[in-house]
Amino acid sequence: MKKFNLLLITISVLTTIGLFSCKPKNAGNAVSGDAAGKTYVAPGKYDEFYNFVSGGFSGQMSVYGLPSGRLFRVIPVFSVDPEKGYGYSEETKPMLNTSHGFVPWDDLHHVQMSKTEGDYDGRWAFGNANNTPRIARIDLKTFRTDEIIELPNSGGNHSSPFITENTEYVVAGTRFSVPTDDANGDVPINTYKQNFKGTLSFVSVGKEDGKMQIAFQIVCPGVDFDLSRAGKGKSHGWFFFSCYNSEQANSLLEVNASQRDKDYILAVNWKKAEEYIKAGKGRKQSVKYAHNTYNDATHTATSEILNEVTVIDSKDFNDICYLIPCPKSPHGCDVDPTGEYIVGSGKLAALIPVFSFDKIQSAIASKSFDGDYEGIPVIKYESALYGEVKKPGLGPLHTEFDNEGNAYTSFFVSSEVVKWNIKDLKVVDRVPTYYSVGHLCVSHGDTKNPKKKYLVAYNKITKDRYLPTGPELAQSAQLFDISGDKMQMILDFPTIGEPHYAQIISADLVKNVSTKIYKIEENNHPYVAKGEKETKVAREGNKVHVYMTAIRSHLTPDNIEGIKVGDEVYFHVTNLEQDWDVPHGFAIKGASNAELLIMPGETSTLKWNPTKVGIFPMYCTDFCSALHQEMQGYIRVSPAGSNVPLTGTTGATAPAAPESK
Amino acid sequence: MKSIKKVFYVALMSFIVVSCGSNSQKTTDSTSNQDEKEVSNDPPSYDPKRGTGKFTKVEVGEKLDEKMATEGKKSYDVKCSSCHKLTDEKLVGPGWKGVSQKRTPEWIMNFITNTDEMLNKDPEAQAQLEICLVRMPNQNLGDDEARHLLEFMRQNDGVK
Repeated sequence: MKKFNLLLITISVLTTIGLFSCKPKNAGNAVSGDAAGKTYVAPGKYDEFYNFVSGGFSGQMSVYGLPSGRLFRVIPVFSVDPEKGYGYSEETKPMLNTSHGFVPWDDLHHVQMSKTEGDYDGRWAFGNANNTPRIARIDLKTFRTDEIIELPNSGGNHSSPFITENTEYVVAGTRFSVPTDDANGDVPINTYKQNFKGTLSFVSVGKEDGKMQIAFQIVCPGVDFDLSRAGKGKSHGWFFFSCYNSEQANSLLEVNASQRDKDYILAVNWKKAEEYIKAGKGRKQSVKYAHNTYNDATHTATSEILNEVTVIDSKDFNDICYLIPCPKSPHGCDVDPTGEYIVGSGKLAALIPVFSFDKIQSAIASKSFDGDYEGIPVIKYESALYGEVKKPGLGPLHTEFDNEGNAYTSFFVSSEVVKWNIKDLKVVDRVPTYYSVGHLCVSHGDTKNPKKKYLVAYNKITKDRYLPTGPELAQSAQLFDISGDKMQMILDFPTIGEPHYAQIISADLVKNVSTKIYKIEENNHPYVAKGEKETKVAREGNKVHVYMTAIRSHLTPDNIEGIKVGDEVYFHVTNLEQDWDVPHGFAIKGASNAELLIMPGETSTLKWNPTKVGIFPMYCTDFCSALHQEMQGYIRVSPAGSNVPLTGTTGATAPAAPESK
Repeated sequence: MKSIKKVFYVALMSFIVVSCGSNSQKTTDSTSNQDEKEVSNDPPSYDPKRGTGKFTKVEVGEKLDEKMATEGKKSYDVKCSSCHKLTDEKLVGPGWKGVSQKRTPEWIMNFITNTDEMLNKDPEAQAQLEICLVRMPNQNLGDDEARHLLEFMRQNDGVK
């Protein structure tokens, strides 16, 4: 025990010395002596929290442990991942289908955990695609992307995938306003004001199975919708969307969309909208969008193209949408744990406006409006405002909360996190970040029950923080202990892609329900081989199906002959293992796609088009046993029209493979 | 210092036991962990004929239960046949011919359901591992499934 303490002290001292000696002026000052002890999770021990982090332009979602900052997994979501065969295996290709065809990449900005009664329930994580507008749902039992739905009438889905307090809806708001999909889009770009619309999508989530469906879309004036948050508690039933470019500029937005002193936060009474939809007030609109679902029993995704959405126009109803003026190009709009306070953050502002849900309600009741914006009533700023945090820093972006009435706001321009009290709007603490912080998150920090434990700041620029790696440097996460009065930086670690929003969820909610294997008995893949007895090689014209099995440490069949140039060969590989953490990989020389990585009990398919005569090796890519290196085989490819009989065998001592037809 | 070491050792052991148990006994009920603990906390009583695991007494009839054996054959085809032949010839693992005579029913049931712990502790299982050098995979067999496999092994060994 003593030794352990000594070790910790040594580590901390070394860390401190190291930092001081390199960076006497900034970083060292920010880290105090017990930081190493606070983030040390002994080998073999579990972290207290999972941190689900958006991968930004990597298109993926990464999973870290906190407080250690250890990377556990990168979940492929919107981008192909050759390492896992995602987007390369026949089973997963449909996941990336869209109305534009197969799209191999996207830009994942925000992560949301599913909620029950306003707190995380550990069932699903959602992610948004910022380029080709989509929402993905990830199953937290398997850590796999289970569903992706495309959003019509949209041009970049940014204010998403924020969800209501019981995961009734996950929303999407278009960042780029565009002509709606049923209108003629062949119009001059400078007709933005007449022809471009901003659409908000409300996607319902199945209570049991999580299945997503576009319940309705609200058509709004053409602006850029930016971020959003659901009301909670008393404000449950409302959604708040920030927007910029109320100038409706279509070019040089940097200047032209920063003309007005205030843009807006749009308050949406979605319960009201729901009533109108139920009463048949919506309009059916003809569109085209993909809905892709992954089936755990067949290990196979299917993609269908849907043709219709129900829309309502904000200007046709006077009690769904209200605009609240918000200074200087608002970005974050975050709702406190009670649901009473809505925090707006202007990217160019030097103050933070805090709006009151109660005041918004009375302003609506008493029609305390300042005219309208394209038919949507604009509530008077003062009538909605609870108060302003004065001189908090420069360029506030995002805010999360703790359970003691404090808010934590990131400041991009002044590179800092500022803690302030919601009730009296006074700044109580501030810490620098290195550098240019974007999003931040607190453990359970957007729920009704935040945990005043950890805060992570996600930084856009790291410059001198890590060993240089050429022109492109890692982006970073910085971990703060917020359990005391003062925030204390205790760790920083690099992240994959560009981290935007992330969430921190108690490990207890996820770790105990994690899937360990797929039961081979429940494998309903159409090409499964349940045991080596069922392996075979079958030809249908120029298509050849190889029913293959993998187990430590051989493939069956591992000698395949009778394949011809011009064939289309499908290797359906079933991993017969029923033990946790024993995947097998599968690769063929010259294959133009990627490897397969097959979980225990799973079947995956690699499509291969042999173009050359010869002998082609194949092997298991994932080290599986002492004889993993022996897990290999050969495929013989003969010229087109050859008479070599089609056979698949394994070893002289193995049961003879059934005759091919 | 000595006693601390001892406590640490015991704690470590029970950690290993519990974690192995919870990993491998997916399909069995929660009492299985309890049983294992009792067994492993009492090393002097280790019975190499029985092995370590939840099965202390397995009732085996004089005659074959054909229904069970048929079920066992099905499981064999899916989960075992990749590595075990029904003759005495070694493939990845040893052939099954004679196994039901060589080992007790309890040892077999414990080995195929509690594979990791058996490979870590049981001298006979370890001796076999030295020959094959591929750790037998835990194939997540349920209790009934394991019993059916035992009956199939008996059938393979000529029990009628």
